[in-house]
Amino acid sequence: MKTYVNVYAVFDTLGQIMPRAIIWEDGRKFPIDRILHIDRRASLRSGGAGLRYHVVIAGHQRYLYLEETKWFVEPAE
Amino acid sequence: MDRIILHSDCNSFYASVELLHRPELRGRAVVVGGDVEERHGIVLSGNPAARKCGIKTGEVIWQAKQKCPDLVVIPPDFDRYHRFSRMTREIYLEYTELVEPFGLDEAWLDMTAGLQPGQGVEFAHQLRERIKRELGITVSVGVSFNKIFAKLGSDYKKPDAVTEIPRDRFREIVFPLPVNDLLYVGRSTGSKLRSMGIYTIGALAQFPRELLCQRLGKMGSVLHCFANGLDTSPVARYQDTVTVKSVGNSTTAPRDLENFEDVKIIALVLADSVSRRLREQQLSGRVVSMSVRSSGLCWFSRQHKLDHHTNLASEIAAAALELFRANYDWEEPIRSLGVCVSDLVQGSQPVQYSIFDDTQRREQRRRLEEAMDGLKSRFGTYSVQPAVLLKDRHLSGFDPKESHTIHPVGFFGGH
Repeated sequence: MKTYVNVYAVFDTLGQIMPRAIIWEDGRKFPIDRILHIDRRASLRSGGAGLRYHVVIAGHQRYLYLEETKWFVEPAE
Repeated sequence: MDRIILHSDCNSFYASVELLHRPELRGRAVVVGGDVEERHGIVLSGNPAARKCGIKTGEVIWQAKQKCPDLVVIPPDFDRYHRFSRMTREIYLEYTELVEPFGLDEAWLDMTAGLQPGQGVEFAHQLRERIKRELGITVSVGVSFNKIFAKLGSDYKKPDAVTEIPRDRFREIVFPLPVNDLLYVGRSTGSKLRSMGIYTIGALAQFPRELLCQRLGKMGSVLHCFANGLDTSPVARYQDTVTVKSVGNSTTAPRDLENFEDVKIIALVLADSVSRRLREQQLSGRVVSMSVRSSGLCWFSRQHKLDHHTNLASEIAAAALELFRANYDWEEPIRSLGVCVSDLVQGSQPVQYSIFDDTQRREQRRRLEEAMDGLKSRFGTYSVQPAVLLKDRHLSGFDPKESHTIHPVGFFGGH
């Protein structure tokens, strides 16, 4: 099930959008510890396509997608 | 040196984009289709599972459902298709500026400058893999030395495939194909060719050109050239701001049209929308086309060149209705109509009237229609209308100007 989430992000001086924290549906806030990689990808599991951020959140690796102006997290396998 | 031309075709484009977004439907027979309630109920695109049931693009949805009772029908989301079309184009443009889109889901790329001879197929595979990875949809790619054979190549093997049609082998690949596979051989040209005993592209290529021209006119020569691999048309440089070559609207009527009065109502609504869109862009045009689809889905289009440029709804409607009268025999009622204006010029250019024109009357008409534009933009499309439209509000109560329209594009730069 694809669920869009609120994201705090920095628009840096290079013109890139860097997510800093995810706000879950229930209001919990998860800071993004690291961004490992950014590429363009389709998400076959959630259903969509956009910029894919490979991120580390509280020690877990996750894929966070920016689809035009909305964000979603791909569920773990 | 031969050019390296690719033609990339997104497989079952609308259905693939929808299925990407709805993982739960994968594996089921799915079509994207119009609103059944409003009778715009035709299949726009179907996935391979739907096609396996015998469902074809253009088919009525209730018929498709008879073939496949479990069929999932998804209403079209054109914003989504435009987004995916833009994303494919952005990928193509990373490799070359010579990208010529053909509709939302197809494009030619001229890769001659960026590749060594013989690298076309390898590049085509890279492109195919990249689109699948980044966009989640598949493409078929044709690689050849001209645009016509590149397009044949992309149709040759689907989905998610690459087909090369090189110069030294094109006869063995292309010649056995049915003549209808060739770009610009539609139903009508196809049946003319078959009546001349031409069933394959090879037969077309070997047929005397003069005889073809006698039967098909200018098109005979063009098709003969296509079939022999002699097309030299360039891949156009991609322009972000696409020059408008025609403005048109078409609609499937809420009920079948039975008589001229019905046709007049629809044609007036369409002409009104076309003329407002022309005026918005300060354009006027000289060629008016009318397309007609009967309830038996027989389709034809006729065009007429006026002696002056116009953007007046009254003149566009009159020309369209004249074309209709001259060309329709009422063997069947009519399902859909289209009105289109092409051969456009910027409206601010000076206009040469012919000496017999009643210029004063045209000027009055122009001012009247501009005044109506003002009223409609303030109070809505229905605020002021010709009285004939009130005779059947169900029939006239659609607004082509505000609804989504995607126009077919022509290979020769118009349509």
